Amino acid sequence: MAIAVRESLGPPTLGPGVPALRARDVVKRFRSSGKDVQAVSGVSVAVQRGEIYALLGANGSGKSTLIRCFSTLLEPDAGAVTVFGLDIHDDELAVKRLINRVSVEASFFKKLSAMENLVYAGRLYGVPAADARLRSREILVRLGIAVARHDEPLEKLSRGMQQKVAIARAFLTSPALLLLDEPTTGLDIRSKREVQTFVRDLRDEHDATILLTTHDLDEAERLADRIGVLHEGKLVAEGTAAELAGRYGTRGSLEDVFMTITGKKLEELAAGDGDAEEAGG
Amino acid sequence: MIAEFATQAGLAYAFVEREVALMKRYWLWEVVWIIYGIVTSLSVAFIGIAAPAISGNQVDPATTSRFVLYLLVGTIAWRFMGLVFENIAEIIAWERWEGTIEYTFMAPVPRLTHLAGMAGGTIVRALVFSVTTLFAVMLFIPVDLSHANALSAIVMLAVGTVAFMGLGIASAVFPMLWTEKGLQMAYIVQAIVLLVSGVYYPTTVLPGWLQALSVISPATYVIEGMRRALLDGADLAACWPQVWPALLVGVLSIPIGLRAFIAAERYAKRTGRLKRSG
Repeated sequence: MAIAVRESLGPPTLGPGVPALRARDVVKRFRSSGKDVQAVSGVSVAVQRGEIYALLGANGSGKSTLIRCFSTLLEPDAGAVTVFGLDIHDDELAVKRLINRVSVEASFFKKLSAMENLVYAGRLYGVPAADARLRSREILVRLGIAVARHDEPLEKLSRGMQQKVAIARAFLTSPALLLLDEPTTGLDIRSKREVQTFVRDLRDEHDATILLTTHDLDEAERLADRIGVLHEGKLVAEGTAAELAGRYGTRGSLEDVFMTITGKKLEELAAGDGDAEEAGG
Repeated sequence: MIAEFATQAGLAYAFVEREVALMKRYWLWEVVWIIYGIVTSLSVAFIGIAAPAISGNQVDPATTSRFVLYLLVGTIAWRFMGLVFENIAEIIAWERWEGTIEYTFMAPVPRLTHLAGMAGGTIVRALVFSVTTLFAVMLFIPVDLSHANALSAIVMLAVGTVAFMGLGIASAVFPMLWTEKGLQMAYIVQAIVLLVSGVYYPTTVLPGWLQALSVISPATYVIEGMRRALLDGADLAACWPQVWPALLVGVLSIPIGLRAFIAAERYAKRTGRLKRSG
């Protein structure tokens, strides 16, 4: 079954060489407990239309801060970000029409049902209620949520199901650029695979560009066309999984690549590191 | 132009529909607040009925009836405007609590449309509460509306709604900037407006410095105008001295409040405060 998404807000026509997302020298600092915390230090990245790009990094590496900058929720202290050539500050409303974001925590009105939340979200993006209901049903079923659960309050659905509804919400609005901030964190293996398959299908069938952050090496390798490694707020390496493995990995795995670049295992950093962007923000 | 207005109206309706859906889901809480409002209004009305017993003086029934209506107009009009103020001032705090603030502020909806939609939902709620309270009170206490000019009263309430929307938008800035303290500040603003606006008494009984504050409170004019309309049957022309100051506050407070809100939103985006945990 094809993914039912709205066609009217598809990616804009781009001139040659204009990436779907371009960040130049983005810097973001926060003030926390009287100290300045530099969450992002001069990151430049370009994601081409139709590409799936994974930002790989530990907690506190600046991934979420970057995604929040790209999604207009944070203003960079320095640098520039464009989405399909539109500046996120000067053309904010136009950029908002082109993007959507799924965060690690599903943010919904939990007393409302999945369907009520999705119809509301659809209205915010100009999708008529009847269309939103029809498409939501298709997407939710595709994601493995039975029709009987669509009208239950979201607080009665499992964490994994709520995350799938969050993903359905993003797909419903047909974003030209989809920002996925650790979308599969906390999901069981089966749900994780279903979501990953859906992400790929969205790109393949609907020309969406996808930027995802993850600290799951397997997910980055499985989904991404290119991977950027973020460490202590800096983009320290970039390339396809094979290129990175060839450049840094002794045994050809992303785990080796990560260890070579940062000097630590990803799990060590994930366990021992605070979340700089959260502390600052 | 018309097409653009229809688009914005459709976007604003999303918030109205959401608020009505939330009212249905939190229906037990809504019933609690309605009962609370009815009990408060009844308690105030009984103070009026007990005026002769409290003062130890003989008061003729017509005067008592007028006193009861005087108090009821104050309590119900304040309930209405207070709800408009609270719901709009709590926009940020409520979305933070639900965890939806990032999603709402990321949506491609102009801020004016967002706030207009929230105001629409709020007015629906405030009307349901106030009308229910009025009819419930009338079941317990005879309310003499034989001299009332309904049109003047409705216009006064409409003007008051606009003014309180502006105050609410301006006060919603506090929770945007200070997660917890901000909402406390908004409630303090509301409490001061209650004190100085002559909700239960003429403002002439206030100390001079509080009377100065009553001059800038739109509620002062709205409640005074509603009393003139409902107690004395004043028409719109007679209510004009109360209409124009309240209207002026509304005309000024909405653009000022909106500008302050947008400036606060920018500041929140620079400092990372636009998120669920503040």
